[in-house]
Amino acid sequence: MSYIPVIGLETHLQLKTVSKIFCGCSTTFGAPPNSQVCPVCLGFPGTLPVLNRQALTFGIRVALALGCGIQPRIVFHRKNYFYPDLPKDFQISQYDLPLGTDGFVEIGKRRIRIGRAHLEEDAGKLLHSAGYSLVDFNRTGVALLEIVTEPDLTSPEEAHLYLKTLRGILEYLEVSDCDMEKGSLRCDTNISLRPAGSAADSLGTKVEIKNLNSFKAVARSLAYEIQRQAQVLDEGGKIQQETRLWDDAAGRTEPMRSKEYAHDYRYFPEPDLVPFAVSPEEVEKVRGNLPELPPQRARRLIEQYGLSEMDARTLTASKGTADYFESCMKAAPASAKTLANWIAGELSSQTNARNLESVAGLPFPPGHLVELVGLIESGKISGKMAKEIFAEALSSGQSPGSIVYSKGLSQVTDPSVLQTAAQEVLKEHPQAAADYRTGKGQALMFLVGQLMRRTQGAASPAISQEILRKLLNDKEKRG
Amino acid sequence: MTEELIRKIESLDPKLHAFAWFDPAFAREQAKGLEKGGISKGPLWGIPVLVKDNICVEGVPTTCASKILKGFRPPYDATAVEKLKKAGAILLGMANMDEFAFGSSCEYSCYGPTRNPWDPTRVPGGSSGGSAAAVAAGLTALALGSDTGGSIRQPAAFCGVVGMKPTYGRVSRYGLIAFASSLDQIGPIARTVEEIALLLQGIAGFDPRDSTSGNLPVPDYQKELEKPVKGLRLGVPKEYFVDGLDPEVKKGIDAALAEFRRLGMSVTEVSLPHTEYAIPTYYVIATAEASSNLARFDGVQYGHRSSQGKSLLEMYTQTREEGFGPEAKRRIILGTFVLSSGYYEAYYGRALKVRTLIKKDFDRVFGSVDCLVTPTSPTPAFPLGEKMEDPLTMYLSDIHTISVNLAGVPALSVPCGFTQGGLPIGMQLIAKPFAEETLLKAAYAYQQATGWHKRQPPS
Repeated sequence: MSYIPVIGLETHLQLKTVSKIFCGCSTTFGAPPNSQVCPVCLGFPGTLPVLNRQALTFGIRVALALGCGIQPRIVFHRKNYFYPDLPKDFQISQYDLPLGTDGFVEIGKRRIRIGRAHLEEDAGKLLHSAGYSLVDFNRTGVALLEIVTEPDLTSPEEAHLYLKTLRGILEYLEVSDCDMEKGSLRCDTNISLRPAGSAADSLGTKVEIKNLNSFKAVARSLAYEIQRQAQVLDEGGKIQQETRLWDDAAGRTEPMRSKEYAHDYRYFPEPDLVPFAVSPEEVEKVRGNLPELPPQRARRLIEQYGLSEMDARTLTASKGTADYFESCMKAAPASAKTLANWIAGELSSQTNARNLESVAGLPFPPGHLVELVGLIESGKISGKMAKEIFAEALSSGQSPGSIVYSKGLSQVTDPSVLQTAAQEVLKEHPQAAADYRTGKGQALMFLVGQLMRRTQGAASPAISQEILRKLLNDKEKRG
Repeated sequence: MTEELIRKIESLDPKLHAFAWFDPAFAREQAKGLEKGGISKGPLWGIPVLVKDNICVEGVPTTCASKILKGFRPPYDATAVEKLKKAGAILLGMANMDEFAFGSSCEYSCYGPTRNPWDPTRVPGGSSGGSAAAVAAGLTALALGSDTGGSIRQPAAFCGVVGMKPTYGRVSRYGLIAFASSLDQIGPIARTVEEIALLLQGIAGFDPRDSTSGNLPVPDYQKELEKPVKGLRLGVPKEYFVDGLDPEVKKGIDAALAEFRRLGMSVTEVSLPHTEYAIPTYYVIATAEASSNLARFDGVQYGHRSSQGKSLLEMYTQTREEGFGPEAKRRIILGTFVLSSGYYEAYYGRALKVRTLIKKDFDRVFGSVDCLVTPTSPTPAFPLGEKMEDPLTMYLSDIHTISVNLAGVPALSVPCGFTQGGLPIGMQLIAKPFAEETLLKAAYAYQQATGWHKRQPPS
């Protein structure tokens, strides 16, 4: 049978407030274990939480950017469960009154609904060794915003695109590092299958997948899980409601020991934090400070630089990439189209190959691209040469101009130089010349290739072709 | 002064057992520090204060009289303690209490029970029994207690001293090891109303570390104390004078009401109609919060850790099995149950609603009176062991004090006589939120007119 996957995503975003959400400890990543802790975030008896207003402002900023409504009254709840990385054995989170509700993220033409976005504190990190485990509480109490979609996604690819789009928006907001490797962006998925043709609200039993360390892992795990669940259903089995862990190396999900994690969280309002109001003025102030977000920026790029909608979307998907493009345009008003092609093509594929967040991470600053495109557009180098120079610039860090200079790679456009070389090529390949004259057009391309070879690729292909054709035609006339 | 007190504590406390921790070197060191100068000589300078064992003192064992916190020395001071240190008070040590403040008799302590200085066969009340007994026996001038359902007022009444539960939010809870966060409040215990005013002045005020503390100016309580009381409107809630009220207690309160009239105050009967729901409401809310607050005692970071556990789950369960006493276990189980999915609405949800009704009772009544007068406890101090095995009867002994915590209003217990057997009787005064000065001036006028506070327990 064929099935339609029903997918929902929960994304945890670490907010880069200077201090933790309920105490004054620093949030810097990578500090020695347990060096950024105090009695409050360690949950020592008698300590009390005090809300960091910056975390609230950041939370509102994200919620607004996702089109959410903002709760007028902020209430925290305690989520109770025992675990060694949770020093109070409860997590201060939000429950029935989340900070933001009913937002959306647009992916292509589709709107993925955001059910809720709520604030909570992060837990610590367990470091397991043989026979014992250690806890690092540095992360404990770092402000998190949990962003939960409705089950609107229908494929691993869509989930991947949603995450990329969401991260794009988040980058623009500058409230988080959005770095999955450092754990400042984390994602759990929920997936169920329903038979194709069944009612859209007839949901199957859902499985939660955890331990997803990259967007790729999200997509792969969903693809695996779709296959696994379909097989179970096809064999007449039942899907068990459970949490499964993604094993990236093995490429499969494994059930978590469910007994240990069968929680009744016993939520109740956190009595140590009084509910407080967020005024409409406060919300409007945050809204007023929102930056230009990807959809608006794409529109502007189309108007300002005449980019195609496709190029504009590609460039704005990541803030770093769009910033890169605009710095190029500012440095030298080269052809926007050529720049966009280079950024979306060569630069992006290198970015992906190197697992970077955006083209801005490449050792190839905007100035270098402007130089490279300038060399192409002035005819000094060919497109093929440009690719080689780009590769060279990436590995050496040298500017394209200096590479061209030091290697003598500049394209030969001087007709008198090319004329002599072309005559020699014709002498060496009389057969090809004859073929051309008898109407075999492709023989000309062979001769151009030979000319390029003779000049170690430096000959301008366009001029070479012109000169060769002229020589052949002239000979014909004379002959 | 300090040396004399140290000798007295060393000779009397082995019998009374009011201290959970006492180290003469700790008191001496502070006294020496004071002599060196540096702290201006305010009213608390050099005054000994005993701290209840659930209020954190940096570097000093603070254990809530529980085995599970044995050896725990907080790395910080509670705000109240920090303020006392800055004012030059001498912290004497830690006072015995019911484990985690769960109890009304000071018998549920891992250190064993404290005795009542007026009759060593009886309880001093609880949970701040050690604090009240030490003040009554003259082992300290002042003491800090905590009050979640009567834990300052009832032992003050049983021991013949004055005790106040300030308004929720008047004194910072930072550093008070939480029992029920929405009900807990630190408060003063002393022999006289003036001393209560003095100690309250020292610890009251807004604290940015406690989001629930009130950002309001603190009055000059010493000045307020002596303001005229003529014309003060007193209310007597009829629901507090029902079956089970000891006739001698009733007699004491009646006599006090007559005294209040003589002092020019008016006395009228009022009604707090939801009083009968206070105990069940309290035991749902207080245990729910306690079950969550006490989760952190899991053997991971500090305190007791069982050597028995072979897995994480076993470490948790064995640690808590060994570390908590019977009343703590009872309340954790009860609190866990009322928050459980499927039961939340029927218990916790409903209790929150009733709590609002109880609060409204007080709001309404304070529209027509300035202060309520009730017995602090239906009976005088009961014999040791009498209610240990009967938790429900123990819970019912808090009937007069519990509503006050649910409503968040301030209340004070002041001695108002003695039984024929020589046991103190306590009277409770209740005022509207942040009107501690009303309690102080009414109690002070009464104290000056009657002189019960001059009586001392047999030594």
